[in-house]
Amino acid sequence: MIELSSLPALFPILLISGTLLVVLTGLRYSSMAQPIATLTAFFTALTSLYALLGVANAEPVRYAFGGWAPPIGIEFVLDGVSGFFLLVINSVATLVLFHSAGLRNQILGTKQTAYYALSLLLLLGLNGMVLTGDLFNLYVFLEISSLASYGLISIGSRQAPYAAFRYLIIGTVGGTFYLLGVGFLYAVTGTLNMADIAGLIPEISATTPVITALILIITGVGIKAALFPMYGWLPEAYTHANAISSALIAPIGTKVAAYILVRIGLFVFGAENVDRVIPASQTIAILAGVGILFGSLMAISQRNLKRMLAFSSVSQIGYIVMGIALMNPFGFAGALFHVLNHAIMKSALFLVSATIEQEEGHSDLTRFDDTYRKKYPYTMAVFTIAAISMIGLPPLAGFFSKWMLALGTLEAGSWFLFVVILSSSLLNAVYFFRILERVYLKKSGQKDPSDARFQESPWVMRAPALVLAIALMAFGFANAPILEMIQLWFPVQ
Amino acid sequence: MMDYLVGHYAYFFTVLIMCLGLYGLMFKKNLVKKVIGLSILQVAVILFYVSLASKWGATVPVKWAEVPVTEVAAYLNPLPHTLMLTAIVVGVATQGVAFALMIAIWNRYKTLDEDDLLDRISEDTP
Repeated sequence: MIELSSLPALFPILLISGTLLVVLTGLRYSSMAQPIATLTAFFTALTSLYALLGVANAEPVRYAFGGWAPPIGIEFVLDGVSGFFLLVINSVATLVLFHSAGLRNQILGTKQTAYYALSLLLLLGLNGMVLTGDLFNLYVFLEISSLASYGLISIGSRQAPYAAFRYLIIGTVGGTFYLLGVGFLYAVTGTLNMADIAGLIPEISATTPVITALILIITGVGIKAALFPMYGWLPEAYTHANAISSALIAPIGTKVAAYILVRIGLFVFGAENVDRVIPASQTIAILAGVGILFGSLMAISQRNLKRMLAFSSVSQIGYIVMGIALMNPFGFAGALFHVLNHAIMKSALFLVSATIEQEEGHSDLTRFDDTYRKKYPYTMAVFTIAAISMIGLPPLAGFFSKWMLALGTLEAGSWFLFVVILSSSLLNAVYFFRILERVYLKKSGQKDPSDARFQESPWVMRAPALVLAIALMAFGFANAPILEMIQLWFPVQ
Repeated sequence: MMDYLVGHYAYFFTVLIMCLGLYGLMFKKNLVKKVIGLSILQVAVILFYVSLASKWGATVPVKWAEVPVTEVAAYLNPLPHTLMLTAIVVGVATQGVAFALMIAIWNRYKTLDEDDLLDRISEDTP
């Protein structure tokens, strides 16, 4: 097998070679792009599984590029948290890319080579952000993934380029704020290596430049994560992007921004130093709490399925960020487990919406009725499981992450956030049961039985959605070992 | 007070440029002007990094025969400069994508003015 010590370098190499292969074969055979991209993502996912098993209970693996030892050189750090995020990102992306085989000819037409090359570059950027141990390197990977996602979002409805343009303006401002924050940290510490800065932070955490840097970095990353007041780009972008892009970017894009918050908030700064002068973590937690309620309320008022799911993303990212901002092991475990759950639930829901859009030509909720259940029994079963997990009913996985988050709010003694979590579950129930009620109970007006014939999507589209639904149940039953493993990773001060 | 202002004038200048850029991308209605504002914002950050590297009585960080490399004080800090080369490349790539998106918007709506654009979008969706 592969030596664990050089494993971190394998991720970018795999993805870059995959991208080049897609482009080169695409010169002649553009239909090869999707299988190659899926295989590349699959091998990356396998590598991340191997990496996670290797480092879950062991020392982090550090890989210094070009033989320059850190802190001078750039290093990739593979520890439990980054291994976990890599596995989530790459396996969800594999399933979505696999699923896109049923959609690609209709949506992408002749542009398949460019599209799949871009989607692998997006994965490259996300993998790099998760692995890197260098603040400036993180900025470069952040921009790689952002540029790829602007391109992916701009293919879609008539309005898609404008939605992508707005995302570009807002996203680049976020990236620039992050870069400015890193500049402040560099000016004070003289280094960009995360481990190096983490060692220096306790002495300087009360100085003005470091506080400014913290605020700038949180604002910049918060824009990328669609944290509450900075969520404006997200609903437009996810609604107008094509079905493959929204299924690819929605589950994993904002998660990696949450990962940067974990990395910088808990590992570089540490729970004590974040709050030394300004109440940073409390502010983020309250913003996230407001975002949870706001996202759920907006989701209730939507008529379009994709737009509803986009607002639901705003709400769910609030859970993750709130769990991180609680700064205790329960919140941390809840947040990371919710990253896994939400990636699975959101991708399952977006795959279902892609199927509906493909087969019916619309995603208008008010036109759903019980013919959908008869026509797409499997797809609707996946939707039901994902929706119930999203609401947070046991034994599905969504319940356990919310449970841990609720324990975390109690541990932190914050009753406001506790109430937010409970009432948001109620709001989630409102907007998902509204659809379930239509699909399973509302009689369609039509008498023509041929309209309600079984016409399920092809198996390439059905299989990934079913895998995701089964994963939700499996992780629900296997929650204890996963949560125990995650709690071990909480950084001890 | 005066010493403080003179000693930090580069930073005040950077903040001024940054605000100019933010103003451009928030309040200008034309999409091209928004991208110009974005570019100004990025340039402000680049200038900030470069001004971090400066010191009195030192020369540019390029190896020079008359000044031995071991005399660290005689050279500016090269690291921020190299970082900013990367940041400039990122900025150029972002602008390239922005202009490509603008071409797509123009082809669909025949306007780059945000107010007109929003009007035409709302005409599209009843």
